Amino acid sequence: MSAKLESAFTYSPRRTAAMILRYWYLLRSSWPRFVDLVYWPTVQMITWGFLQYYIMQNAGGFFARAGGTFIGAVLLWDILFRGQLGFSISFMEEMWARNIGNLMMSPLRPFEFLSALMVMSLVRLSIGLVPVTILAVAFFGFNLYSMGFALVAFFINLMLTSWAVGIFVSGVVLRNGLGAENLAWSIMFLFMPLACVYYPVTTLPVWLQPVAWALPPTYVFEGMRALLIQHVFRPHLMIDAFLINIVYFAGGVFGFLKLLQNARRHGSLMQTGE
Amino acid sequence: MPVFPPIAVERLVKIYKTIPAVDGISFTLAPGSVTGLLGGNGAGKTTTIAAIMGLTTPTSGRVTVLGADMPRQRYRVLHRMNFESPYVAMPMRLTIRQNLTVFGMLYGVPDLAQRIKQLGEELDLTDLLDRQTGKLSDGQKTRVALAKALINSPELMLLDEPTASLDPDTADWVRARIERYRRTRNATMLIASHNMVEVERLCDRVIIMKTGRIEDDDTPAKLLARYGRRTLEEVFLDVARGRGIERDAVAWEAAR
Repeated sequence: MSAKLESAFTYSPRRTAAMILRYWYLLRSSWPRFVDLVYWPTVQMITWGFLQYYIMQNAGGFFARAGGTFIGAVLLWDILFRGQLGFSISFMEEMWARNIGNLMMSPLRPFEFLSALMVMSLVRLSIGLVPVTILAVAFFGFNLYSMGFALVAFFINLMLTSWAVGIFVSGVVLRNGLGAENLAWSIMFLFMPLACVYYPVTTLPVWLQPVAWALPPTYVFEGMRALLIQHVFRPHLMIDAFLINIVYFAGGVFGFLKLLQNARRHGSLMQTGE
Repeated sequence: MPVFPPIAVERLVKIYKTIPAVDGISFTLAPGSVTGLLGGNGAGKTTTIAAIMGLTTPTSGRVTVLGADMPRQRYRVLHRMNFESPYVAMPMRLTIRQNLTVFGMLYGVPDLAQRIKQLGEELDLTDLLDRQTGKLSDGQKTRVALAKALINSPELMLLDEPTASLDPDTADWVRARIERYRRTRNATMLIASHNMVEVERLCDRVIIMKTGRIEDDDTPAKLLARYGRRTLEEVFLDVARGRGIERDAVAWEAAR
């Protein structure tokens, strides 16, 4: 087996655990980091929750039913957005701490590093979103968990997309330094209008709809509307989303490895500032 | 089992865009040796060290570390080496113990708690182990960085200005620890430094670089004799200011 393949297939749970422990220590050391995880999802959910309440009171028929999907859309959007942000922030903690050099000189493999970042995105998401979903029940009587199995399918697909994007953006930041940091905060907003978070795909102009269908979250939000408005779970949407996600994820990992290779060639791993 | 040199650099060239940072250098380090890599700013020391650590890919030439081709086979040897530099920070919000635990796990250190205790005692960090790294003085941070570099008891250590920004007393203390580790472990060390006192004290060989090339390479004693100087600082200035050849000729004449 070639040296490259040998290193690609070597995976150490111990090294992955070391990185998870590192991020957990960091999270534990700072209460503002904890508060930040819950703050924005709560503000979002309350704002959109009241909007939904207003629409349901004043609109009739379809709009009253469609308005009921707002909180669901907000919560699923937060899974997508916070999932990617949780991944990217953990990665950027290394850039801010100027610790990337230490990690790249250690036996830590890229896949172990990425696995730890994925686990941390789940941890951060759980800390931020679980209390908010409970608040949604208390404030607006919206129980996200009543979606049952469909929620599991939605969650898996949204997380896969968020990781794929997070992995690629981390590669861009690794290659270009913290000057590319803003991409990590803003890239997911590109998905917002195109993934049809708050409205059906048919709302978009016909020429834009293929672009929307190329994004896995579009299938999730369409699936959510079908579930909440028509009370139908459409598994084919989830399968399609999953297949596209595999392509996205593979593309994200490939992009990250190429950008890492490029960073080695350009010597940017030693200078990880702006 | 074949014995490989700790570091073998063969005709290493590294060009960033169009600028050659390292221009065809070659050297080999013997096991257990301590070599100083000297040179002014932009001489190519950092790039050379980065290539040895596998952080940057050579444009041409070859770097092997403990028999592994870098960076292609780096994972075969990274657990046997380590690095310390004041320019690569340790996570500030983590305590010393947490940082050493994380790096110890990354390097697969057995009996990690005991190793951290031992390093705490050796580097006078015992009372500080549960303090956040960011709240330490520069001298204490250097000791923590050294503890991280020693966590896996490396047989090859790369040190980039290990005593930069330290007061003379602390710098002397750090040098003593580095010296002691080399003796007890018979470790090979490559030290990039601007501090000539440090190089004279620690190194049994000195490589002087200028504009990406090796200008001279010998023991400190032979360099002093060849340039007719009393300190390495004077030798360094001769090389940096292009007086090397002239001094060399005068010394050669005097020797005749």
